Amino acid sequence: MGGKVVTISSGKGGVGKTTATANLGISLASLGKKVVVIDADIGLRNLDVIMGLENRIVYDLVDIVEGRSKLRQAMIKHKKFDDLFLIPAAQTRDKMAVSPDDMVKLTNELREDFDYVLIDSPAGIERGFRNALEPADEVLIVTNPEVSAVRDADRIIGLIEAADKGPGKLIINRLKADMVKKGEMLSSEDVFDILGLTIIGIIPEDELVLSASNSGVPVTLNMQSKAGMAFNNVARRVIGEDVPFMNLDENLGIFQRLVGLLNGR
Amino acid sequence: MTNLLSRLFGRSKKGSGATAKDRLRFVLQHDRINLPPERMEEMKREILAVIVKYLVVDQDRVEIDLEQRDRTHSKLTAEIPVAIHTPASANKAVESTVAAADSAGANGANNGANADAEKDDTVDEVDKAEAPDAAEDAKADKRGNGESEADRKS
Ligand SMILES: Nc1ncnc2c1ncn2[C@@H]1O[C@H](COP(=O)(O)OP(=O)(O)O)[C@@H](O)[C@H]1O
Ligand SMILES: [Mg+2]
Repeated sequence: MGGKVVTISSGKGGVGKTTATANLGISLASLGKKVVVIDADIGLRNLDVIMGLENRIVYDLVDIVEGRSKLRQAMIKHKKFDDLFLIPAAQTRDKMAVSPDDMVKLTNELREDFDYVLIDSPAGIERGFRNALEPADEVLIVTNPEVSAVRDADRIIGLIEAADKGPGKLIINRLKADMVKKGEMLSSEDVFDILGLTIIGIIPEDELVLSASNSGVPVTLNMQSKAGMAFNNVARRVIGEDVPFMNLDENLGIFQRLVGLLNGR
Repeated sequence: MTNLLSRLFGRSKKGSGATAKDRLRFVLQHDRINLPPERMEEMKREILAVIVKYLVVDQDRVEIDLEQRDRTHSKLTAEIPVAIHTPASANKAVESTVAAADSAGANGANNGANADAEKDDTVDEVDKAEAPDAAEDAKADKRGNGESEADRKS
């Protein structure tokens, strides 16, 4: 069967799907894998700018599906990694321009030459989500430790299981360890208790993610970034390595750690 | 009902993270069976209304709950204590039901027009489900006719 198709989904918008897809793509490529990332968010193209490839686009996903472009012609090679490619979304079409079957055909072709095909799913539970889900061998569900995001994740998880694509794995993004400590944020254990899915990544809130999206250089390329390291760990787990979860408390100030000690934590 | 009340008022001082978890549990329980909370309460009232046509029920100790093991396994459980039919115990059950209506009614009267939805709910629930004569008593009480009929009877 060749390569593996991994879909990154969430239900709710703005939780970090595109950020996760870009960073996983880069991490997998840096681990020596051949990778294609597909932006399935037709009409709201984003993965190109997050990866810094926006000015190289000639053709897009709909051009491939409608036969105006050969698959290879539409694939944009990453500046740093020769084995990392992007298939951008069409910006001026709607989601109905692509069907779940189109996506299956496309990814089957890609599987032959690549180790991983990552699909950045649009928010919602409509056609765009179906397109991203249909070809998936594995689904990663991104959520934030927040009531509304977890609720929407639960909905998506139900749909994924109903489509026989489950169980997915969870990426908990934007966790603030200091707030969890104070009891003011859902912990990753809480999210696990509620959703009952294996957690494949816990990504801290990190300002560098914004700088990274400003510059179009995903944060996993920044050695200083905790979020970048955490995404890199996710990639290693995706390829089957057993990587321990990092301690997200390390960046707490000495004062906070003292308070924690005094409170017996 | 007790569940709802404790959810609304029984919140002890814990961080908002724990509150988030409780709220998520509650909301997902209903999402997963596709039955919103108010409809669930309605269903419980209907179930009880049917049962009290045949049995004398100790309304205060009724527990109808949804148990959820995981996303795909939910179970509705009901514990509905019923009176054994000896004349004395039947009376007793009716009385305790009336007493519940009584206190709710009294609260309503005290708060006058400010009586909130929660309290009205309680009264409704009890009224509907009661044996007819007990319901009459409770209503009379709500109108504020001084002492409870039940009290006088006992
Ligand atoms: N770990 C993080 N720390 C800080 N900001 C983040 C993090 N992950 C995502 N963001 C920010 O959240 C916003 C939404 O992210 P995005 O990946 O576009 O979400 P989605 O694709 O799910 O809509 C972006 O502004 C992004 O920079
Ligand atoms: Mg996105």
